[in-house]
Amino acid sequence: MISLYFKHALRDIGKNRFVNAVSIITIALSVIITCSFILFFINTSEILTLWKKGVRIMAYLYQDVPAEKISEIQKKISGLYGVEDVRFISKEEAFDVLKQQMKRQSSLLENLKENPLPNAFEIRMIASSQTWEKIENLASRIQSIPQIEEVEYGQRWLARFSYIINIFRMSGYVLGILFSVASVFIVANTVRLVLYSRRDEIEIMCLVGASDGFIKVPFYIEGIIMGALGGTIGLIVLFTTFVSITSNIDQSITSGAFHISFFSYSIMLIILISSMFVGWLGCFLSLKHIIKTV
Amino acid sequence: MNDNNENSLIRMFHVYRRYGSKAALFDINLEVFKNEFIFITGPSGAGKSTLLKLLYLGEPASEGQILVDGINLSRISRKRIPFLRRKIGIIFQDFKLIHSKTVFENIALVLEAAGKPRQFIQKKIGSVLRAVGMEDKQNSFPLSLSGGEQQRVAIARAVAGDPTIILADEPTGSLDAESASQVTGLLKEFHIRGSTIIVATHDKEFISKLGGRAVYLKQGRIQSPPV
Repeated sequence: MISLYFKHALRDIGKNRFVNAVSIITIALSVIITCSFILFFINTSEILTLWKKGVRIMAYLYQDVPAEKISEIQKKISGLYGVEDVRFISKEEAFDVLKQQMKRQSSLLENLKENPLPNAFEIRMIASSQTWEKIENLASRIQSIPQIEEVEYGQRWLARFSYIINIFRMSGYVLGILFSVASVFIVANTVRLVLYSRRDEIEIMCLVGASDGFIKVPFYIEGIIMGALGGTIGLIVLFTTFVSITSNIDQSITSGAFHISFFSYSIMLIILISSMFVGWLGCFLSLKHIIKTV
Repeated sequence: MNDNNENSLIRMFHVYRRYGSKAALFDINLEVFKNEFIFITGPSGAGKSTLLKLLYLGEPASEGQILVDGINLSRISRKRIPFLRRKIGIIFQDFKLIHSKTVFENIALVLEAAGKPRQFIQKKIGSVLRAVGMEDKQNSFPLSLSGGEQQRVAIARAVAGDPTIILADEPTGSLDAESASQVTGLLKEFHIRGSTIIVATHDKEFISKLGGRAVYLKQGRIQSPPV
């Protein structure tokens, strides 16, 4: 019976080529739009994670903090929640580093009467605490230590960037859901068009003793096949576009620091199954309506 | 009316069919026996087609009880309706063939729906098409055939599932005299082979040619005692 249903489904797809093509293109477009967002987020998340790994909190001490107090402050900071490691950087060490960094211009520093740099602590955080809320929280707690003049976490702009990305991510999820719902309805309506054009045929099938299953199953198979075709076309178009874009980006920006990647096989499989589900759901919704009215 | 008659195939008890406040059939009591050839006749709008529709559940009765081959139609579940319809072969005035399917595919549909195997289907279609004289047209599409040919295909489809009952709604209504005579001959032949046939028609000549009991409907009421 199943092979008979498949035969009917394939024959009907061939017979209603134009309307079915519209359904397939609709599903393909939904896959392209939704998956573009997902792809963007997957890659930006990876970049953010990489950047966040480099986050250090720098705590600068007042110039008049006596040397014997330093280890006490270091202990205090080490005891704060989320701190992995605290390294003391003396003003002399910082001055040496600055000299090295300035290289040729280092002679400018020689005219200074005294070292203007403060003593500082470099604080590394444990991985699970590298969210912006926790970084900010820790920074403010360090700031509340009286001997600390200033706290800096250099890549502060990352917080803002991360915030914007999160807004994008949320709108991406919403758009993704909207597009999926829209494609279900478009597919449902396209299928309804096919069904209305074949209403007489369905009515005749009912009259000659065809069960609901006998009528519905080929349509369900058609929906699943259309979903699979739409999903495959969508992924191919997305992959081609992705390759042409990243081949340019790779040379200029990424340079090995991070790798922009396409979906893994398992995610592609999920996308394909989702589009098949969309195709089936479109058929299911329309058939439910049509069979009731025949 | 004898309720226990073993020969009885269809029984209708006080059946009404209403469309809103308007009634199409009033208090229909009718019994059809096995291997009977019966005509439902009367002027247009008398309720002939409606009466046939009630038998294959194209429409439900508004009131009353209908028994078809032991099945009470007022109690049948939606899932069981296809099984009822497989007991009934229906011939329509407008043929109701699927234009996108060949003659073979149109007839195969009935047998596929009943879950018959492929080989049986091929054999059966060959034999019913031979019976209606259309064996050379099995790959043709309905619209390439004449009205008479289409009706013969519709008859082949109606008998393909070996139904207990054949219902024909104005089977010669849209045919020329020669085609009508062929269709009449075919119905007669299937009756001789043992089918119970109910024909709704207003064609008196058709009735006189075939002979059999005629039930006269007027404004939805049976005008003379049916048996």
